[in-house]
Formats: sequence, structure tokens, C-alpha cells
Amino acid sequence: MLELREITKRFGDVLANDRVSFAVAPGTIHALVGENGAGKSTAMRIAYGFYSADSGDVVVDGAVRRFASPQDAIALGIGMVHQHFMLVEPMTVAENIVLGIEPGNALQLDVAGAVSRIRALSAEFGLAIDPTARIEDLSVGQQQRVELLKALYRQARILILDEPTAVLSPQAVRDLFAILRRMREQGKTIVIVTHKLSEVLEISDEVTVMRDGKVVGNRRTAETSAAELARLMVGRDVLLRVVKPEGHPGKPVLAVRGLSSGALGTKDRERRLDGVSFEVRAGEIVGIAGIEGNGQTELIEALAGLAEPAAVTGTIELEGRDVEGLSARARRAGGIAHVPEDRHRRGLLLDFDLAENSILGADDRPPVAVGPWHLWLNREAIRRRTEKILKAFDVRPPDPDLPARSLSGGNQQKLILGRELEESPKLLLVAQPTRGVDIGGIEFIHRRLVEMRDAGCAVLLVSSELEEVTALSDRLLVMREGRIVGEVDPARATPEEIGLLMTGGNAAA
Amino acid sequence: MSNILIVSLLFSAIRLTTPMLLAALGGLYSERSGVINIALEGLMLAGAFTAATITHYTGNPWVGLAAAILAGALVALVHGVACIQFKADQVVSGTAINILFLGIPALLSGAFFESTGATPQLPKGQLIPMAPIVLAFALVPVTWYVLYRTPFGLRLRAVGENPEAADTAGVDVSRVRYLAVMLSGALAAIGGAYLSIGQSSLFARNMSAGRGFIALAALIFGKWRPVQTMLACLLFGFAEALSIQMQGVSQIPVQFIQLIPYVLTIVVLAGFIGHSRAPRALGLPYQKKR
Ligand SMILES: Nc1ncnc2c1ncn2[C@@H]1O[C@H](COP(=O)(O)OP(=O)(O)O)[C@@H](O)[C@H]1O
Ligand SMILES: [Mg+2]
Repeated sequence: MLELREITKRFGDVLANDRVSFAVAPGTIHALVGENGAGKSTAMRIAYGFYSADSGDVVVDGAVRRFASPQDAIALGIGMVHQHFMLVEPMTVAENIVLGIEPGNALQLDVAGAVSRIRALSAEFGLAIDPTARIEDLSVGQQQRVELLKALYRQARILILDEPTAVLSPQAVRDLFAILRRMREQGKTIVIVTHKLSEVLEISDEVTVMRDGKVVGNRRTAETSAAELARLMVGRDVLLRVVKPEGHPGKPVLAVRGLSSGALGTKDRERRLDGVSFEVRAGEIVGIAGIEGNGQTELIEALAGLAEPAAVTGTIELEGRDVEGLSARARRAGGIAHVPEDRHRRGLLLDFDLAENSILGADDRPPVAVGPWHLWLNREAIRRRTEKILKAFDVRPPDPDLPARSLSGGNQQKLILGRELEESPKLLLVAQPTRGVDIGGIEFIHRRLVEMRDAGCAVLLVSSELEEVTALSDRLLVMREGRIVGEVDPARATPEEIGLLMTGGNAAA
Repeated sequence: MSNILIVSLLFSAIRLTTPMLLAALGGLYSERSGVINIALEGLMLAGAFTAATITHYTGNPWVGLAAAILAGALVALVHGVACIQFKADQVVSGTAINILFLGIPALLSGAFFESTGATPQLPKGQLIPMAPIVLAFALVPVTWYVLYRTPFGLRLRAVGENPEAADTAGVDVSRVRYLAVMLSGALAAIGGAYLSIGQSSLFARNMSAGRGFIALAALIFGKWRPVQTMLACLLFGFAEALSIQMQGVSQIPVQFIQLIPYVLTIVVLAGFIGHSRAPRALGLPYQKKR
């Protein structure tokens, strides 16, 4: 029904798609998997007419097609839900759906007609949504349904979903999968892009694996396994489970009591901390699970000293010493290291080279800074330090003179982790450590976090990847709307139980 | 204060609001589509000068008005080409137009009328004192309707908020923005024409006196919405009317009283701008990816 033949696409020096070929059978759910940067999104955007291929053909219903724009693909019944939603936030659901193909005439938009058609479609596919609601008032899961409705309204027969589950809670993923199955029953064909193998096995009929821009395998889902798919994705055997010996927690390193922060943004319901109290002991990993935007960012920034001091109340103690009033730099000197969630904004200076990036935070004291008042940078010491980090953390390519921008996400993250661990911190704050990191890199980073724990460091881990946070943590706290709403034993709790805490029992969120 | 005084204050306020309202509504179209239009001031001057000049030569203010509309749209097209096609900085482009139209009328009036910036006085019969007022206020509900009830309005809002989403949905982003920017030039020019062939009877050097900027302030204060923008313009219009009326009666030096509308602009913007949310893509050129 939809087929890619020998698709090649280059972005500058990057060969994003290298003779990519695969076919999607009508009425099936086809998974496209691969690590970050494997070229999945590029291939799908070509199938949707968003990019044009350098060479190769897109074949729909047996005929070779040329797409000048997504409009041509849409006309053939292809719809796409992008990784980042294409929605206009202040407008209503109905307005977003009809945009570009407005019913009525030039002088009058037929809103009522659109609303009733959307209601009919929602009912047909089980996509509960109010057409008159504003996008900005909807949860991420609901926004995704709007994207699906947008495609269905344009009479899509083939739906492409790019990483649809990345932003969803476990309940919302389950709901989405139910919707997708229903669509398949109604005769739709679905291509789902993901890098989560459990989801591939659960939802798909067939699976295509990509690595480094090439297709490296096609399997019927029933005839493959997570281990085989992982091996295809990475090109070698990988450890899918985190190996973690029994922990030996020592005395408390971090004690947080009654931590609150005022309304910092416009959507203040989400952007606050509300009486957060917990402890992290030496030699343990405490995980924080929760749907993004429920206060995790604010918590980490408050602990790292990055929040507006006036907006924060409560106490933060590091080994019994109050650090509340201290600046970020003073907290670092006191033994707090921070691997931030947004490595491009907070973690790196992208246009600086690896050597410069590896001394951030250590730039005002020996051995990096020397001489009277530490006015000079010791280039030799910087070089030695950088090379040590690059080697120990397997950063590739290990060239101190490259700009940080040129590294892949995984290597950037390893550089940050290496820099932060160089100072042998007492407390490590890590947020979303493996976001945008390839499977090989994930394995490496997980191993390092467990090693730090075993070396007696207290680790506070925030992650929206439920699998990650349950596998790594010794204790797991769940956050919702700025509060800690529960603590569970990560070895025993099911994803459903944790998901229920995350959403407050509201499965639609 | 007597009733007569109040009534005359009211009329004076409405007259003073008119050019600002036209420019502000023009700015609304442009900015709702994502293109900053700091050039309103220059566009008003272009309209004012063209209207007075053409009316002088043809003796027909309606022809003058039409010429002003054309001139406004053309000058705005230059701004559009710079910002949309060449992705220039929108503030810089707008500022260039403002500076240009401080100079051009002086230059041309020198060539046409051997004056240093003014056009010849027009007879009373060749003025249109009422029509622009009616038009300005009628355009408020019209703009509201266009914005919220027509496909063009939907696309306009979408393009100003999230051009990538609009593009994916099949909306021609550049086309919508060009239309919006030219519309804004036309409306600002009508505002300018009212100054020269409505309120007074000639073009005088820099006769807009910052009204284009105040219109921009009103647009921001009015949260880029038609009715609120009109109310904001009325507020500034009243302030100006009041300051004019006070000049005759109070002891305060004239210069201070004349400051009132401008000080009010600053106070209002400083006090309220935080609560106003601009179209998200305002000022950002759109680059299609291929
Ligand atoms: N618009 C673009 N410009 C330049 N490089 C790009 C662009 N889109 C993707 N790439 C590069 O192409 C490669 C494949 O990217 P992508 O298709 O997004 O991978 P995936 O979706 O599998 O993570 C990556 O190296 C990425 O950096
Ligand atoms: Mg992708």
C-alpha cells in the first residue's frame, strides 16, 4: 500500500537515509524502530512529502508518486502526526482541524458543520474530545488525539505516527494503542515510529529496523524478540536490563523539607512545588517519576540553586548544613553536581569546544585556574583533564578541539556526566539522563549511575521514562502537580500502579 | 463643565481617535500574521502626503484617498518583501521606512510645490472630514468578523501563532503574510489621509507626530484584539482631546499638557504590557524546510 524504494536523503554531510526500502501492507500496524538519528523521521517525512528525497521513489497503491508538498500526500490519503505537534495553541480543536481546508465559503466559515463532522469522527474511532475546547487547555494525550482527528478529517487511509508515545503517561499509551487497534479494524493502515521495543512487540504486526540511515531488518512481530530487535538496532548484543547489586544506603546526604515555590509561569498549576519533603542517603538512588511538567524541573533547579531565590521556601540541607541561601556555584563547591535535563540550554555551550565545556564549573580554581587570584587558565591541565574525561566516558570522537555541537546527543551527555563526576560529588542531581541518547549510550550511562551509587554518592534521578526510573532507583517517589504523591518500591510496583499515582487516577491525562 | 464643553470634548476625542484607530487596525492585521509593523508611522505619513498631493492635482478627495491606499499598500509591500522574502529584521525594516518617510515628503514637496515639506492648502469642498471616521469605527466589527468568522481570519491567526503548523495544514504562509502586511499599509494610509484631507487641509511636515507609534501601543494594550484595541485608541484619543482643551484654561505650561498622551502611553505600556500576549510567531521569519 505504502512503499519506500531506495530512498536516499542527505543533509549536508549527514547521510540521513541510505537506500531505504520497505513496504507497509494494507490494514496493518507497521513499526519503524531505530536509535536516535537512525533516519526514521526523515524517511517518514519523505513519505509525507515534507522533504523531497535525493533519489528513490515513494510508491502508493502500486504507482510511483512525486510529492511537491504534504498537500499531495494528503490528497492520496496519507496523514502524519509529527513528533512535535503541529497545533495552534490559542485556537480551538475544530479550528485546528479545519485549518487549510475550511468548510463554508470565503465570507463565512462553517464552524457548526465542522463541529458536527468532528463529533461523528470522534465517535467512530473512540477519540473522545470536545471540538470547542482550546488546544492550550488540553493535555498532551488529548492534543495527540486532535492530530489524529486532523488526519482522519482529511480522510487519511495511511497514518504515520512519529514517536507518539514519547510524551504520554502509561495510561495514555494504553488508550492510544486501543485507538490504533480500532483504526486498524476500520481498515486504516498505520506506521508507528518508536524506539521502545516493548511497544513494538505490543502493538505492531510487522517491524522494520533502521540503523545509521539504512534498513537493517524486516520482521513479522510475532517471529521476533526484544533481544533480536535491540541487536539489530545497535549492531551488537546489548544489555536491556540494568544490572544493579543490592544497595547499602548510608547516612542522609540531602534532606528537603517543605520545599515550595511560587507561581513562576503563567500555567501556575503545573509550575510549582508544593510542600515537597524527602531524603536521599549516601549510596542510594532515589527516583522521581511523573509526567513532565509536574514540578520535576522546578525541584531540580531549586536544589541546584538555579531557581529565583525569592520564589522558594522550605529547607534544603546537605549533610546537615543549610544550603538554601547559597548560589549555584557555592552549592557545587559544597559537593552538589547537576546533570541538567536540557543539555543544550543548561548543560553545554554548544559552540565552545570539548575542552572548554569540560571545565565549566571548575574554571575558577586549581588545577584549571592558576596564578595570583586564579587569573590564568592552565591549558596543559585543561587538556589533561579533558582527555581523561573523554577516555573514561568513551566520548566519541575524543577530540578536545571539536565544538560540542558536533557530538551526537549520547556523546554530549557522556561529556556532561564525565565533567560532573570529575569533582567526586556527594550528591548528584540527574534529570532525563538518557533523553535523545542511543541504546549503547543509555547502557553506559546507567552503568555509571549505579557505580556512583556504589561508590557512596547520593543520586537523585528525575526521568519521565518509567522503565528507566524503576530499573535504576532504590526508592521511587511519584510527583504530580508539584507534590510528592507517593513512594513505591520500584522492584515491586507495576507500571499501572505508578501510572495511577502519576495521573491521580485520571486515565485521560 | 458645561454640556457643550463635554460634547465638544467627545467629538474632539473621536476625531483624534480616528487616525490612530485606522493605523492600529492595520497593525493588527500585520501583527496577527506574525509581521511586526513598527512602520505604521511612516505608512501614515505616506498616506497623508499622497492624499494631499493627489487631491490638490485632481481636485477630488476620493481619488486622493484611493491614491493614498495604493501608496500605503505599496510601501507596506516593500516592508513585506524585506521581512517575508528576505527575512530581514522586522524592526529594522520598519524603522527604515519610518525614517524614509520623514524625508521623502519634504523632498517631493520641494520638487512639486517648492515648499519645504508642506503641500498647498486645499479648499473646504475638497475635504472628507466624516467618511474616515465612519469607516474607522465600522472597521472594528468588520475586523472582528474577518478574524474570527472567515477562513482568511483563521489562516491569519494560525500563521501568526504557528506558521509551521499552518504550512503543514496546507496554508500558504507567505501569501497570507503579504496580504496582511499590504492591508495594514492601506489602513494606516487611510489614517494618514484623514490627517491631511480630513482633519486639516494640507500635508504638513511630520504631521502624524508619533500617532503611528501610539497606535502600535494601543494595539499591544488592546492585546491584538479589535474591540480592545479600539478602546485603547479611544483612551489615547480622550487624553489628547483633554490635553488640547486644557491648554486654553489651566495655568500649567502648554508643553506639559501636550505631554499627556505620550506619558499615558508609557504608563499604560509599562503597567500592562506584562498581561498582554503577542502572537507567538510575531517577528519571526518563516523558513520552509525541504
Ligand atoms: N532538517 C535537517 N537538517 C540537517 N540534518 C538533519 C535534518 N533532519 C535530520 N537530520 C539528521 O539526519 C539524521 C537522521 O535524523 P532523523 O531522521 O531525525 O532520525 P530519527 O528520527 O531516527 O531519530 C540525524 O543525523 C539528523 O541529525
Ligand atoms: Mg525522529
